[in-house]
Amino acid sequence: MIVRVMGEGQYRLEGDAVGRLNELDDRAQEALDRDDEGELDRYLDEMASLVRRDGERLPDDDLSVSDAIVPPNDMTLQEAKMFFSEEGLIPDVLQ
Amino acid sequence: MGLMSRTSAVIKAWYSKLLDRAEDPATTLDYSYERQLELLQNVKKGIADVVTAKKRLELQTKKLETELPKLDEQARQALAADREDLARAALERKAYAQQQLQSLDQQIDDLAAQQEKLTDSEKRLSAKVEAFRTQKETIKAQYSAAEAQVKIGEAATGIGEEMADTGLAIQRAQDKTEQMQARAAAVDELVDSGTLEDYTSSGSALDRELTQLSAKNQVDADIERLKGELAAGGQPKELEKETK
Repeated sequence: MIVRVMGEGQYRLEGDAVGRLNELDDRAQEALDRDDEGELDRYLDEMASLVRRDGERLPDDDLSVSDAIVPPNDMTLQEAKMFFSEEGLIPDVLQ
Repeated sequence: MGLMSRTSAVIKAWYSKLLDRAEDPATTLDYSYERQLELLQNVKKGIADVVTAKKRLELQTKKLETELPKLDEQARQALAADREDLARAALERKAYAQQQLQSLDQQIDDLAAQQEKLTDSEKRLSAKVEAFRTQKETIKAQYSAAEAQVKIGEAATGIGEEMADTGLAIQRAQDKTEQMQARAAAVDELVDSGTLEDYTSSGSALDRELTQLSAKNQVDADIERLKGELAAGGQPKELEKETK
C-alpha cells in the first residue's frame, strides 16, 4: 500500500511492515485519547521511521493517492487535537 | 479508527471542499491547477517570511553580543572606582543578556528547521504540479467525457493530498514565525522603553552613573590641584590650559 508521511512524502509499504504500522497507529490513537504527549510523540516517530526504513520512496512527481496518511511526527498534543477537530488545522490558504 | 484513517479523512475533507468550488466538473482540472499555482506562491512567501524572521533574530543576537564586552568593561571600571554595587549591576545585566542569547540561538535553530521543511515542501509540490499539468492536458485530449471524469477525480485527489500537506506546513511555519516575531518585537520594545536600555544603549543609567563618578573624581582632582596651586602661589594661565 501507499503511505504518506506528512511533511516528508509518499512510500510504498508491503508485507508485515503494514501490520506493524497499524499496531503503532492504534497505540498512537490511545496515547492521544489519554492526552499523553510523550507517548504520542514516540509512536508518531516510530511510525515515520518504520515507513522510511521499510518503505520504498515514491518519486516526487508521482500523483498516486495514498492508502494511509501518517500525521506529522512533531505534532504537539494541542496541534493534534486541533487537527482532528471540526475547525481543523490545515488552513484555507487559498482563500 | 486509528490516527492514520482520521488523518486521511481530514485531508480528504479539505481537498473535497476545495474542489467543490470549481464551477462544474469540466473546469475542475483548470480550477485545481490555478489553486496549485497559488499554493506554490504561498509556500515561496512562507519561506521568505521565515528567512526575514530569522534575520531579525540574528540581528538581535549580534546586538546583544556587542553588549557583553561593554558590560564587562563597565564592571571593571566600577570596581576600580570601588563601586561594587555598580559592578554587580553591570554583571547582572550581562548575565541576563547571555540568557537572552541562548534563547535566541534556540529560536534561530527552530526557524532554520521550518525553512528547510518548507523548502522540501515546495520541491515536492512543484514536481507534482508539473506532473499534474501534463496529465491534465492528456486527459483533456485523450478521454471521452465519462472516462475523463474518473481520471480527473484520480489526478485531483492525488495532488489534493500534497496540497493539504503543504498547506499544513505553511500554517505551522507561519505560527512559529509569528510567535518569534512577537517575541523579537517584545525585546525591541523593552529596549526602546528603557527597561533593557541599561545595557543596550550608550546613554544608559549605568553609563551616566559612571560618567558622574568619573566627573566627580575629576572635580575632586581639580580641587586638589587648585588647592595645591593656590598654596604654591597660583598660576591661572596653566589652569586654563589644563581645563581647556
